[in-house]
Amino acid sequence: MNPLAIIGNVVIAALGETGRLSVFTWKAITHILRPPFYWRLIGEQMMRIGYFSLPVVALTAFFTGGVLALQVYYGSDQFNSESIVATIVALGITRELGPVLGGLMVAGRAAAAIAAELGTMRVTEQIDALSTLSTNPFKYLVVPRVVAAVITLPALVFIGDVIGIFGGFVVGTQTLDFNAGVYIKTTVDFLELDDLTSGLIKSSVFGFIIAMMGCYQGFHSRGGAQGVGRATTNAVVNSSILILAANYVMTSLFFSS
Amino acid sequence: MNISVPAKDVKIELKNVHKRFGQKVVLHDLALTVPKGKSLVVIGGSGSGKSVMLKCILGIIRPEKGSIKVDGKDVTRLSTTDREKTLTKFGMLFQNAALFDSLPVWENVAFGLIQGRNMKRKDAKEIAIEKLGQVGLTTDIGDLYPAELSGGMQKRVGLARAIATDPEIIFFDEPTTGLDPIMADVINDLIVNSVQKLGATALSITHDMASARKIADYIAMIYKGEIIWAGTRDEVDNSGNEYVDQFIHGRADGPIKMDVLKP
Repeated sequence: MNPLAIIGNVVIAALGETGRLSVFTWKAITHILRPPFYWRLIGEQMMRIGYFSLPVVALTAFFTGGVLALQVYYGSDQFNSESIVATIVALGITRELGPVLGGLMVAGRAAAAIAAELGTMRVTEQIDALSTLSTNPFKYLVVPRVVAAVITLPALVFIGDVIGIFGGFVVGTQTLDFNAGVYIKTTVDFLELDDLTSGLIKSSVFGFIIAMMGCYQGFHSRGGAQGVGRATTNAVVNSSILILAANYVMTSLFFSS
Repeated sequence: MNISVPAKDVKIELKNVHKRFGQKVVLHDLALTVPKGKSLVVIGGSGSGKSVMLKCILGIIRPEKGSIKVDGKDVTRLSTTDREKTLTKFGMLFQNAALFDSLPVWENVAFGLIQGRNMKRKDAKEIAIEKLGQVGLTTDIGDLYPAELSGGMQKRVGLARAIATDPEIIFFDEPTTGLDPIMADVINDLIVNSVQKLGATALSITHDMASARKIADYIAMIYKGEIIWAGTRDEVDNSGNEYVDQFIHGRADGPIKMDVLKP
């Protein structure tokens, strides 16, 4: 086959996919603002996406905080590292590592689960059945997941931030023999509200990305079990890449000034 | 070829309907009339466009061309709200029942009442249990999940869900596929009884001729996305159409060629 034709087909396919995703996202946003609102389903999804992701996010945050403390300590002037370790752990966790790693962990867990569930519903005609029962599948399936993810991700990341800083504190005081009082004081002194809020805003956007990718891939799943598997993989891979790209854009916007 | 009834007795009317997926033409100039209060069965082989036709009527798939009228109103270009309103007239039994596996059986049956008609859960549950009784299922089945039921029971739950809102129109998509002959006959009887009791208009698609003969007032045959014959149930054996003859007698030889490699 002509190499130019291959490139052309790939570009057309990519543009088509981008267009479909944009239309899907726009539909989701417009449906979020219009009744009926399925509050019970939003609550259920908040439990599934937020509460049940807490252990994995907490463990990730704790070990990340600990590792960060060790790396900063070994990579810096060890005689004057107490304040540097505490500051970098606090800023690193709240600004970047908390939201990004939390987002990636939830993407692996929740985006996969959403895509698998909706994909199975698609191939077994359950989504079509919703339409025949006068229920808009977008409102019933997509909106609760998107709203739940946008709300719960910041809460999840906030808890992750606290645990991550605590992880750095534990390693700093137990392994590196830092003074606990000095470590806490340095953390509180250097940490500003903007550091925390920028991470929480990012995590809300990541929540939107995770839910949208999971729903989009699930909704467009085709071809039985293999199609559902493909949708699940795509949901995780695409949401992870989009999270990293969006993180770069938002970091540029928040901290450029 | 179409069923001729007076305009006032027409419930659903498809005219000049075209639908393609990529290069594949699925519906081609399809025309079909479904008379009010009657049961029409569309027969045809796999891939002939039967399911796509149903989905076009329901608005799940949008045809490229043509008109689909329900009670005289074109439903092909409705807004989301109007489509949801029109769909309250419909009930549908899907090929594999398409029950919501995250909900118990009673909630599956009551779904259209709770979500579509904003009925209280307690009242909807009572109706769901009553409908389950109509399809021969006991009250205790209501608390089970679809995965805990046999194929035949799932079909019956699907039927109970389809009739739960007392719809004016009921679609049956391959209602007996995958069932043993006795259970298939049970489902056929339930379909006939349910449709008669509701006075509903029924449109079924199947390739099971025993089922078609039992539930149909009228039969139409679809081939390559086009209705090639339509008539009453009694006329099907003397249709004079060689495609219909080949299909109803299940012969490999005839004008319908299957894409099968010969050994």
